[in-house]
Amino acid sequence: MAETKYTEDHEAVYVDGDVAWVGITKYAQEALGDLVFVELPEVGKALSKGDEFAVVESVKTAAEVYSPVDGEVVEANDNMPDDLELIAKDLADGGWIVKIKISDASQLDGLMDEAAYQDYLKTLD
Amino acid sequence: MVAEKAIMDMTEDHNPQHDGDCALHYEENLLWEKERSDSPGVDLPEPQGTPSRTGVAERGDIGLPQVSEPQALRHFVRMSTWNYSIDHGFFPLGSCTMKHNPRLNEKVARNPGFAHIHPMQPESTVQGALGLMYELQEWLAELTNLPGVCLSPAAGAHGELAGMMTIRRAHEQKGEIQKRKIVLTPDSAHGTNPATAVTCGFEVRNMPTSETGILTMEAFKEALYATDPDGADIAGMMVTNPNTCGLFEKDIIEIADLLHEAGGYFYMDGANFNALVGKIRPGDFGVDVMHINLHKTFSTPHGGGGPGSGPICCTEELAQFMPVPTVIKNGDTYKLETIEDRPASVGRLKGYQGQFGMHVRALSYMLSHGADGLKRVSEDAVLNANYILRQLEGDYFAPYAGQGPCMHEALVTDKFQKEQGVQTLDIAKALIEKGFHPMTVYFPLTRPGTMLIEPTETESKDSIDRFITVMKDIANEAKTNDNAADHFHNFPLSSPRRRLDEVKAARKPQLRWKTA
Repeated sequence: MAETKYTEDHEAVYVDGDVAWVGITKYAQEALGDLVFVELPEVGKALSKGDEFAVVESVKTAAEVYSPVDGEVVEANDNMPDDLELIAKDLADGGWIVKIKISDASQLDGLMDEAAYQDYLKTLD
Repeated sequence: MVAEKAIMDMTEDHNPQHDGDCALHYEENLLWEKERSDSPGVDLPEPQGTPSRTGVAERGDIGLPQVSEPQALRHFVRMSTWNYSIDHGFFPLGSCTMKHNPRLNEKVARNPGFAHIHPMQPESTVQGALGLMYELQEWLAELTNLPGVCLSPAAGAHGELAGMMTIRRAHEQKGEIQKRKIVLTPDSAHGTNPATAVTCGFEVRNMPTSETGILTMEAFKEALYATDPDGADIAGMMVTNPNTCGLFEKDIIEIADLLHEAGGYFYMDGANFNALVGKIRPGDFGVDVMHINLHKTFSTPHGGGGPGSGPICCTEELAQFMPVPTVIKNGDTYKLETIEDRPASVGRLKGYQGQFGMHVRALSYMLSHGADGLKRVSEDAVLNANYILRQLEGDYFAPYAGQGPCMHEALVTDKFQKEQGVQTLDIAKALIEKGFHPMTVYFPLTRPGTMLIEPTETESKDSIDRFITVMKDIANEAKTNDNAADHFHNFPLSSPRRRLDEVKAARKPQLRWKTA
């Protein structure tokens, strides 16, 4: 089973073959507070690394979620807008926001693993 | 019995769960929930035999509340007792100055010569009023060292729009608008800055502020030259100074010079001008156009007491493009200009001449303080904020305190308290419980859990000390309470309504009133 990787913008990425399941990290969830809205992208949307693909909104603030890789949206989690608690689940367990078909797998190398992400969090705040 | 029960509740667990009135606490239902009486406040005869001229069938009872004048009056007065205002107490709302509105200004504004005139009167009959506006323009020009002044924008964001339209018009006149599409803003900007730039057809490029909370030359240069080696695609920059971290942008002169070399204009968000008045003039550090919030800096009422008023001031070069009208003086006669007087103008952005009542109050404030008094106002606002910062920096994390004094706002965060599960929102709710209006929370966005405190110059040391004591008590409670997270999550306890479920309200909003 693939491990979960992380971006500096607090996206969590689970790689299943050539598809990346993307959600947001626990840190991001705590920073945002309870979500009240999530806006999903259209399936088929082409994304470049760093493109905004979703918006998550809490009572405190709204935040964009960015694509960790180049690729194409193959599925959006249609259950999430009606059940926002899903965001807290593990990526593979329903916590994903979109699945992106990866064009360039080498971009995954730039992501952080769990230990590196935890170290990165310590540098914040 | 109800009252007795309520008093028990209040003394035993500080929780006035009374369902009626208790001492000076009033419960009040919606007007729709009142029993509808047969005695409405207005008693009009039924129309007899008048055919409808609109072609619309006559409507039946549409269910409006029927209450008499005293019922309506009491309803709103009782509701008003649930409110908190600057006239109730300390209101440290950083990022939105809430300072005392001197009553002298109100007295002057009620002078019949000001209060009872109409914007459509012949100009020859309102020369005094126009003269007052002219003098206010002169004061603002002097205080900013920016000679073009347009008083008409209705508030801060409207002033931003006027200013950025002015910049856009300047680029249009030079034939450069097609290639100059980008406006730079730091991440500490007021949200209205990027919104205004986009509204005016520009793209926004973000500049990250440094660890120190200010804009660095490195970040600025990187943004300025990111897509063109000469910055020839940059239309301008929008910067708040002092910024929203309460800090003066100390590299601003060099930054403005480079921006001007690249052909961009410098818009300053003047929301925080009250820290600078009489001390430094924005025109001297490279600002091309800025707005001024008369309703903050110059003490005219706002936050329900408004309306606001957001004049803009600009350089000689840009003055030809700013909106009409300004007041011009021909010999001894004052006149509101029209587009014919200044054809290069972006045109009219506001009906008539702007918020004249606020112009009266602002000039009254300036004249009653005088030039030396205004300078003292800025000094005291900065002094008070620094007093709070130094008193609280041990109890709360103060990310920028190490680098020297702040301006008129002190910034702390919930970093220490978060370790006990107590967050900025909980601290704000605890302040409500302890009788204070909270500061601005979760803004600026440069740090997590920010609290921006602006005491203003009008608070006494005694009142600031009481606030400091309460803030220290809250920090202490968060530290020592074994179950701090739950304890704080219950605040406020004694307010007319307890903490609202904002998440449920947003997820499952009830948009229609239904009687039980």
